[in-house]
Amino acid sequence: MLSGPVVIAVALLYLCLLFAIAYYGDKRADQGRSLIAYPFVYALSIAVYCTSWTFYGSVGRAASTGVDFLPIYLGPTLTFILAWFVIRKIIRISKANRTTSIADFVASRYGKSLQLGALVTVIAVVGILPYISLQLKAISTSFSVLLHYPEIVMPPAPTSALFLQDTAFYVAVIMAVFAILFGTRHIDASERHEGMVAAIAFESVVKLVAFIAVGLFVTYGLYGGFGDIFARAEASGTLSRLFTINGVAAHTNWIALTVLAMGAIVVLPRQFQVLVVENVDERHLKKAMWLFPLYLLLINVFVLPIAFAGLLMFPQGGVDADTFVLAVPMAERQPMLALLAFIGGLSAATGMIIVETVALATMVCNDLVMPLLLRVGRLHLSERRDLAGMLLLIRRATIILVVLLGYAYVRLIGESYALVTIGLVSFAAAMQFVPAIVGGMYWKGATKAGAVAGLSGGFLMWIYTLLLPSFARSGWIGQGFVEDGPFALALLKPYALFGLEGLDPIAHATIWTMLANVGLFVGVSLISAQSIIERSQAVQFVDIFKRSTEAGRVWRARATIGDLRQLLVRFMGEGWTNAAFARFERESDRRLHDPGPADSDIVSYCERQLAGAIGAASARIMVASVLREEMHDVDEVVQILDEASQLVVYSRQLEQQSRELEAATSELRAANESLKELDKMKDDFVATVSHEVRTPLTSIRSFSEILRDNPELDPEQRQEFVGIIVQESERLSRLINDILDLAKMEAGRSEWSMADVAPKAAIEQALAASAGLFAKAPHITLETRIADDIPAIRVDADRLTQVIVNLVSNAVKFCAKDNGWIRLEAWQEAGFLRVDVKDNGCGIAEKDQERIFERFQQAADILTGKPQGTGLGLPICRQILHRFGGAIWVRSEPGNGATFSFRVPLAHTAADAGAVASEAAQ
Amino acid sequence: MPPPGRSRELLVALFVLGIVLLTPPLLIVFNKATRVFGIPTLYLYLFATWLVLIALVAFAVGRQDTAEDLVDARAEARGGEPAQAEGRTDA
Repeated sequence: MLSGPVVIAVALLYLCLLFAIAYYGDKRADQGRSLIAYPFVYALSIAVYCTSWTFYGSVGRAASTGVDFLPIYLGPTLTFILAWFVIRKIIRISKANRTTSIADFVASRYGKSLQLGALVTVIAVVGILPYISLQLKAISTSFSVLLHYPEIVMPPAPTSALFLQDTAFYVAVIMAVFAILFGTRHIDASERHEGMVAAIAFESVVKLVAFIAVGLFVTYGLYGGFGDIFARAEASGTLSRLFTINGVAAHTNWIALTVLAMGAIVVLPRQFQVLVVENVDERHLKKAMWLFPLYLLLINVFVLPIAFAGLLMFPQGGVDADTFVLAVPMAERQPMLALLAFIGGLSAATGMIIVETVALATMVCNDLVMPLLLRVGRLHLSERRDLAGMLLLIRRATIILVVLLGYAYVRLIGESYALVTIGLVSFAAAMQFVPAIVGGMYWKGATKAGAVAGLSGGFLMWIYTLLLPSFARSGWIGQGFVEDGPFALALLKPYALFGLEGLDPIAHATIWTMLANVGLFVGVSLISAQSIIERSQAVQFVDIFKRSTEAGRVWRARATIGDLRQLLVRFMGEGWTNAAFARFERESDRRLHDPGPADSDIVSYCERQLAGAIGAASARIMVASVLREEMHDVDEVVQILDEASQLVVYSRQLEQQSRELEAATSELRAANESLKELDKMKDDFVATVSHEVRTPLTSIRSFSEILRDNPELDPEQRQEFVGIIVQESERLSRLINDILDLAKMEAGRSEWSMADVAPKAAIEQALAASAGLFAKAPHITLETRIADDIPAIRVDADRLTQVIVNLVSNAVKFCAKDNGWIRLEAWQEAGFLRVDVKDNGCGIAEKDQERIFERFQQAADILTGKPQGTGLGLPICRQILHRFGGAIWVRSEPGNGATFSFRVPLAHTAADAGAVASEAAQ
Repeated sequence: MPPPGRSRELLVALFVLGIVLLTPPLLIVFNKATRVFGIPTLYLYLFATWLVLIALVAFAVGRQDTAEDLVDARAEARGGEPAQAEGRTDA
């Protein structure tokens, strides 16, 4: 009844049904009425985790070592408890980065590195081959077993047969065709395959129903329930050893398998595909967190009963425990149940092969082949408009290649291994992705160099401790490699590396690969530096939940409030910024947290604040530089390839620009300050000048009016008034002269007749000119002490006279009224002529000592309260001395007189100093 | 009954509990060749613990439904920062 054609027809019918479901799923997706947008379907699609390994292999494993098939399902259960944190984070990151595979994810995290993407792809393909071969082996074995119904005949070792007579070969070809039909019908930018997911979910139902049907039949049809089976097993004597796990090796193995499965459930390419890429809505995860573990529990409940039933039924051996699920119904003459079991196993295997090869094809195409092709400039690929056809071709070729390689593996190596052992080799390979991914999601310091080192180290260790020994077992390498180690070095035995003996090969490999991988990953990350793009990707990955990346939000900035705060601090200072933020908090009634995402309100507020300081355009540029707009257009492959380098250049330019802007800002601010100061001084100057001018004018005018209105005034008084008018007029003209003089000097327009002058003669001439002053004030004595040997100075002699007369007349004005004296000293001092004019007057308060050199700033005359002189004498002196390349200053203690000093460079140095001064004046 | 808003802490605690219960050394306690209710002790222990763990997760997540939706609704109303509540635990 179960002839070959019938079995094949049923199998093909089943595959056609699958395809119909996939087709319908795609159609519904196109119409926008998704079949898979339900948490239940999502959970079922994740159950693609359960392959023929689960369907056939678990029973086989249980029959040989008892309950230790279970960690493979407990591990995912544990991971899924944290799914809301870990897997949702991966989903969020992948959606934000438009990640389409695990290779993409790792490459993207470490600075969009082509090298890493290729490395992950290679590890994935090589590592997953055994896993695919496992499925092919399971299908062909189950097919062969079923064909011999009702006899239980194990298939012969296929190595004896030509591959054209080998069922596994045809299975491989059919699987490849279906994977191509399901996964590469068309190219979708998001790499989502709704139809495929619908088919996978359906397959999960089929395999669960089939397995439970067999389980129920065995447990309650053949035996009287669970207790009955275990009681008989116990009674048989030898089987009760399977009730427990024993020894350190078994416990280590338990832990290793748990860890492997915890990682594999996320990082296996097909799991990443259904969990992350095909995820419709991250909220589905919430139900999947318990639905998927529940599925795992259900599909495992009957593993032990079936295993024990098989062992009890075929006590003499000769029946591979990996086929018990099929063999037990067959032995009981249940053809329909056996056929259902076969279909269940088929669905488990096809689901895995389809999703896995599609995921691998995406990786190989996007992360390995296309980057290489695009690099080959000769092909001018980047200029081709339609690359979709080419992408499809690459993917289809990849699927065929991967499936055929899987077939080669099963032919050459896999035959001698149990299903679970083959699968675990793949788990150990996939595990190598975990450090780079988990580290990348939670540790900003993880670098590309670290990831490359960790992945390479772990992968090489995997090759050495698992792949090479399997070659040895198949006879490619001498058995001595495993038993004695290479070159008979016992320390290097691949199953007992460095003397770590007594462990299961998988546990042994897990320990060594993880030590190498994590050690190198962390170690190299610590000593290597990140590029700018790596850094920004690291921050984006680790802080994905701190940024608003929800689709449809108006503002999709990635900047945080802290970034904006820093920007403001750079331009406005800490205190001001804090005040501004506090004001914003008060006005908008919300709290600002630095790691929080910057929304449009706070952004525009900050931009406004910044605009006040550096202008609106500059503020916009600065804010935009912080916001880093999200990248779009993944289709532009070439653009992405160039982007890494562009981004680096761009951010350097931005840094540079912002530094320049900062410098410009401070310069502008300084210039603005001095302009304001100048403006104020001009106002003061005008006010003072008008005041100074008005005073003598007023007195001239009033005395003139008195003279006009009172003709009878006696001549004596008239003479006196006229005297005052003349005196005030003189003061007025002196004032105006001084103002003009100073203004000319300041504008650099006065004429200077510079010449070499002998200082002593010049000073004496100046003193002679001021002799009149002393004639009016006979109570003042003048002492002079002028050195004879002072070399010539290069000055305008008249101007020098002006300075000395000014200082002396000041001294006379402020000298003590009784016993006043003035002392003038001149000497040579370090290349300068130094002149001191000292008096014993009331002195100058410290606060006034600098001020008196400014225009119209006279020291408050306490005695008279009336200004003496124009208030321009000292400013003029300072201008003159500046022109000479010299300087003037005053030292004084109030009540103890004042010493005005100036110095002028001697002639041999004056030339340069003068030139500098004249340049400065212009 | 933990107060609402503790779903995250509850999940992390369940994860730790799961690791402790489902791996050696605690496993050794139940690693006996005896049978309870006719089922080998270790088998019964593993499957029972597993089932209870799944039920507790379903419970924790069921509660989270309401808590999470509340957060989202508040963020929508304010027009931004849905990540604020998340940043607390995911940081």
